[in-house]
Amino acid sequence: MGDVSLVDVSKQFTLRIDTGLHTVHALRNVNFTIRDGEIAVLIGPSGCGKTTALRVAMGLETASRGQVRVDGRQVHGCGHDRGMVFQHAELLPWLSALQNVMFGLEMKGMRGSALRDTAMRYLDLVGLKDSANRRPHQLSGGMKQRVGIARALAIDPEVLLMDEPFGALDAQTRESLQAELLDIHTTTGKTIVFVTHDLDEAVLLADRVIVMRDGAVQEIIDVPLPRPRGDLGVVRGMAEFAETRYRIWQALHQAPGAVH
Amino acid sequence: MVELVRQDMSMNDGNMAGAASERAPRAPMPSWLITVGTVVFFIGLWEFFGRDVNPIFGSYPSAIAVAGWELALSGQLGSAMLESLRPFVVGYLISILVGVPLGLVLGRFRVMEAALGIFITGGYAMPLVALVPLLVLWLGLGFWVKVAVIFLMCVFPIAINTWLGVKVVPKTLIEVGRAFVAPDHVILRRIVLPATLPYIMAGLRLAVGRGVVAMVIAEFFTAISGLGGIIINAANNFDTARMFVPIVVLMVLATLLNSLVGVIERKVAPWQVEIASRD
Repeated sequence: MGDVSLVDVSKQFTLRIDTGLHTVHALRNVNFTIRDGEIAVLIGPSGCGKTTALRVAMGLETASRGQVRVDGRQVHGCGHDRGMVFQHAELLPWLSALQNVMFGLEMKGMRGSALRDTAMRYLDLVGLKDSANRRPHQLSGGMKQRVGIARALAIDPEVLLMDEPFGALDAQTRESLQAELLDIHTTTGKTIVFVTHDLDEAVLLADRVIVMRDGAVQEIIDVPLPRPRGDLGVVRGMAEFAETRYRIWQALHQAPGAVH
Repeated sequence: MVELVRQDMSMNDGNMAGAASERAPRAPMPSWLITVGTVVFFIGLWEFFGRDVNPIFGSYPSAIAVAGWELALSGQLGSAMLESLRPFVVGYLISILVGVPLGLVLGRFRVMEAALGIFITGGYAMPLVALVPLLVLWLGLGFWVKVAVIFLMCVFPIAINTWLGVKVVPKTLIEVGRAFVAPDHVILRRIVLPATLPYIMAGLRLAVGRGVVAMVIAEFFTAISGLGGIIINAANNFDTARMFVPIVVLMVLATLLNSLVGVIERKVAPWQVEIASRD
């Protein structure tokens, strides 16, 4: 009960460049269904529409055409059934880590002692129980993003939408967060849609990788790695890892003309 | 975890201004000392050269201090200050209560901005002195005309700063509110307002200076009273030293109010001071 689909979604922007108006087709007839409980990764070069697709799924952008379905129902705008993790965490700087997590819960209508307890439980889930009272500027980049994940998870959404959440982190922090995200996925069983431009990250995390180019879905590739993934260092050494990575690489490097 | 602990330590180092570093560089001169230095230097210079000037055309610090002492002893200074401060405080507070919400609405809602923005920008440049006679016709010569003059001088910088602050609130922070389905008024109160606070406080600081000027204008052109009254009366008697007393008092007052706003700013928006840095 946490599948999310984009059905025939197109999205156009109008840009003013110098004197002319240009219509940019950010998404062209995008169709995909993310199944309940799976991790799907959207990958592609910058400008391919992967982030736009995620934002349309979240409801932060409206599609010019087509519809977004969560759990079979068409949705309009944002909803508590979807939780968003932003690229740079986007914590509210005047609130402590705990209050940031509480913010999302309050917006869902939670009050009283449950509010604090629930927020604390999710901070604990991401390993930040001891930093609950720190404000964002007192947290490292990785810690900030953990709070961002806790904030999105706390409202217990059916789908977690993540927009290049580890892109700005250093390699080591990124690896530990990837492992933690997989652990969280194992314990919560949430459907996760994850945007990245990092091939390794895509293969490590995903059940399926959706390769996008020029605003369209180019190919959907299954990742034949076992779940739970276990030690990611071991996964990196598997033959399937290298094969899948190469397949995605090939999809990304196909001549654009071959697509349409 | 090791990485986090190390980061903690470096944060503490920063707070102690590098006191524990190995080479122990010379502690920089504290800012207040520099300020005191320049003030003392300026007063000394004024005292030195001011004594040569005809006491009608100018004055100098020690003469002003003597005149100030006399005014204070006679009780005139105290009562004049109280008389001036009452309309100031009322006018200033009303301009905050009006200016901040006005700026928030202008910055947040396109239609309101298009409809009202032009009056705010225009109003800021309004030659208020020219309107004082009209205000006197409407409100008489008493307390409320002074409040009105002070309000009209203060409300625009506050509204404009707030408005500007709202416009530069990162779009992504507002998206956080939208993503968690916060209603518009909640986004305004819980995201836009706190994010705008540093700008609002800057507006409040500007308004202190303008409010003090407005206060004196009001006392010049309505019922001659308060600190402005002392200035006018002393000037009419060519008592230049005495005339300078309220001027100095007003400048000191504005400086104190300014630092008071600064203290409040650190209380209500501590994160800003912690994030911002000169280096």
